[in-house]
Amino acid sequence: MFDVDHIAKLARLGLSDKEKEKFAKELAAILEFVEKLKEVDTKNVEPTAQVTGLENISRLDEARKDNEQSLKQILENAPEMKDGHIKVKAVFE
Amino acid sequence: MLCTINHGTQFLSFGSPLISYKIFRMCEKDSYMDLENLTIAQASEGLKNKNFSATELVCAFLEQIKKRDKEIHAFLSVSADLAMSQAKMTDEKIAAGQELGELEGIPGAIKDVILIKGVRCTAGSKILENFIAPYDASVIKKLKNAGAVFLGKTNMDEFAMGSSTENSAYGPTRNPRDLERVPGGSSGGSAAAVAADECIFSLGSDTGGSIRQPASFCGVVGLKPTYGAVSRYGLMAMASSLDQIGPFAKTVEDCKTVFDVIKGHDLKDSTSAISAQDVEWKLDIKDLKIGLPKEYFAKGIDGEVERLVRQAIKKLADAGAQVQEISLPHSEYALACYYIIMPSEVSANLARYDGIKYGASATTNDQLLATNLLDVYLQTRGYFFGGEPRRRIMLGTYTLSAGYYEAYYLKAQKVRTKILEDFKKAFEKVDVILTPVSPTPPFKFGEKVDDPIKMYLSDIYTVPVNLAGIPALSMPCGNIGPPAGEAGNLPVGLQIMGKHFSEDLIFKVAKIYEELMDG
Repeated sequence: MFDVDHIAKLARLGLSDKEKEKFAKELAAILEFVEKLKEVDTKNVEPTAQVTGLENISRLDEARKDNEQSLKQILENAPEMKDGHIKVKAVFE
Repeated sequence: MLCTINHGTQFLSFGSPLISYKIFRMCEKDSYMDLENLTIAQASEGLKNKNFSATELVCAFLEQIKKRDKEIHAFLSVSADLAMSQAKMTDEKIAAGQELGELEGIPGAIKDVILIKGVRCTAGSKILENFIAPYDASVIKKLKNAGAVFLGKTNMDEFAMGSSTENSAYGPTRNPRDLERVPGGSSGGSAAAVAADECIFSLGSDTGGSIRQPASFCGVVGLKPTYGAVSRYGLMAMASSLDQIGPFAKTVEDCKTVFDVIKGHDLKDSTSAISAQDVEWKLDIKDLKIGLPKEYFAKGIDGEVERLVRQAIKKLADAGAQVQEISLPHSEYALACYYIIMPSEVSANLARYDGIKYGASATTNDQLLATNLLDVYLQTRGYFFGGEPRRRIMLGTYTLSAGYYEAYYLKAQKVRTKILEDFKKAFEKVDVILTPVSPTPPFKFGEKVDDPIKMYLSDIYTVPVNLAGIPALSMPCGNIGPPAGEAGNLPVGLQIMGKHFSEDLIFKVAKIYEELMDG
């Protein structure tokens, strides 16, 4: 059973009641469509997460000293700033 | 024509206010016509021989955009200033006799999901309406190094979700070949811009067919490279194991030229192929083995589309290629597999649009009242995301949630392995696989937009390619309907698939077919 309220909260999506109703129907139809996969025998089949075959591609965990202009450009997109920090609502109530 | 987003906001779908026409101040001539028909090779030749300047070339396209884009709406923003400054640099290089890049002075358009530093990047969504990219995507850096000029950012389905560009939060793009029909999606703007001579080349992104299907619908060439062949750094991620950036162009040669510039390993993209072998294929048409998967020519395909695709294959067979029927037995499961894997990855990738660090936010919007942090998330995402992103985020959140992960995502990943194996087996017998791109010709606006599954079925021939990570090209193979020039004359695309990193072979086959078609 598709619990729309629960999923919407997990997805952090604020939906109206009318939307929740609409989604319940649409998503039920889509989920029915993908039920098809049950027909495939996947016993002993390895899952494919990605096709490159690459493993553990990493780089040194070094802080890069970027210039002030770059920093400014990044922070210009922030919705709310205070004292050079991005301002957010209280994380703990 | 008005479009309604799910939360009831209405806006004019054409005449986007984001486009600024500064052309009249910068371009002096009365007309720059005829330059907009040039291919990359022709334009490069013309610039080198000083038949026209890079500035004049840009003016030709800005003029064409001014002329046609009010009705087509391929562009979300036209970066006239940037284009002119880039063209000026090219003209200075030519005057100084300096070495020129492979795409020196060549004007292109970029799908609005790829970051160009200092230029607005919206992903076709209201949640990024005022977002200014703080850095260049790696492909953009490469194009800049090659001397390319950027005319602007093109329209797309919101967050690359859709097959018609009808899901753009800024209104749809019209198909230049028939204004009552969709250009395809999600890279509809990029395909339409090339088809309407508004640029010489463009970049799109393809997760389930979003380059190939619009290429087919607009009658241009489009390539989805091998997964890992082109860096995804600076591409707003949709489904990380499926996305690839690729070029649109008018000819196979031009498409290859752009691909050669943008491909290559990138340290900034950990999924970027390290040993992208530049395998050169020595090809004689008589040695070419073409496979036709029987599952792709079964029911559901439009009769006229099938006729043209088979005609194309016959042309290659008549020229000496060996054609054989093959089977990709798990084809019928590819769409279901894709519509679990892709939304799952989408739900993770779109979590970052939360109104905190960038993008639209409930905290700065007067219509929304966010009293606590949870509200900021719920309302920002609830208000600014369009219908299709919400649908896919919901679906993906569900398929990854506790209790359902094994039944859906893990199962889909195993089916993905079977699909990949189908292709591996097939490529032991054949060199390339030829199929239609879309089961139907370009459809009319509104025809599929109300039925999600109907829209998803548009991707039936394209998604298996992304699941397997193989390269595939879409190129025009004829038109259906009344004669060219009359309304209703619609392009049909041929899809050429190859095994991993076989782009060189695909381009060679495409070029041979292109010559056979012209001949």
